[in-house]
Amino acid sequence: MNATEAVNAHLVLASRFENIEVAERALHDLCATAGCDGEQLYWVVTALREAMANAVRHGNRLQPERKVHVDLSVDSSAVTIRIEDEGEGFDPGLIPDPTVPENLLRPSGRGIFYMQQFMNCVQFSRAPGGGTSVLMVKHLQPTTRSAENEKPSPRSR
Amino acid sequence: MKSQVRDRGEVRIVELSGKITIGSGDVKIRELIDEALAAGKKNIVLDLAGVSTIDSSGIGEMVACFTTVTKKGGHLKLLRLSPKINDILQVTQLITVFEVFDDEAEAVRSYG
Repeated sequence: MNATEAVNAHLVLASRFENIEVAERALHDLCATAGCDGEQLYWVVTALREAMANAVRHGNRLQPERKVHVDLSVDSSAVTIRIEDEGEGFDPGLIPDPTVPENLLRPSGRGIFYMQQFMNCVQFSRAPGGGTSVLMVKHLQPTTRSAENEKPSPRSR
Repeated sequence: MKSQVRDRGEVRIVELSGKITIGSGDVKIRELIDEALAAGKKNIVLDLAGVSTIDSSGIGEMVACFTTVTKKGGHLKLLRLSPKINDILQVTQLITVFEVFDDEAEAVRSYG
């Protein structure tokens, strides 16, 4: 497949946890259409689920009338995901490092860390409506599109 | 998420499978641990061999359960991590928190 032949999807979802499955299914379908699969997809899906969970729970505070806007784009070279909520926004810099010893036993605060580990690029910004927008990109390596033994993901990989 | 529970002596074995994710499996883990503690089982092994996906909420719930069990004087240990779940625990350094086993009999023996 030519790298310029991206397949795209735009979803507007109510703020319910079960809609994380809808976004995941859409990403799987796009990746299948684009001929992109393999080990890396698992970690991209993990990052997508974390971003969706943050939008539903922390951004939109589980209010179904508030929507989560999901833009997915897949080509042979990259998976690009943008997720926007309709909340009040937040400062990701306030999230403490979950890997330092004093935070290891905290029951929360790992979602953004996982997103940053599993994607090449994670950028937060203020959405037009005032909520949070997160843009995530994963660059796909041709040799890993169907690799069986690829190690996951931290950004350096 | 699905679960199966059985006891080997004083050790509660909790087999989990499927997804441990926000809004579903994470809550179920807490219920299973509470049930074990209520039954007097403080030594608990979570067998994760059948778990396909776990997210930060599932991981967070396992950490919360680890703390709860420890405060009760027990030990929560992990059995049969898939490579992916092992990686998820590695990147957040949680692999240093949990005792992890590949063999159930060895996990049970570790309680002495």
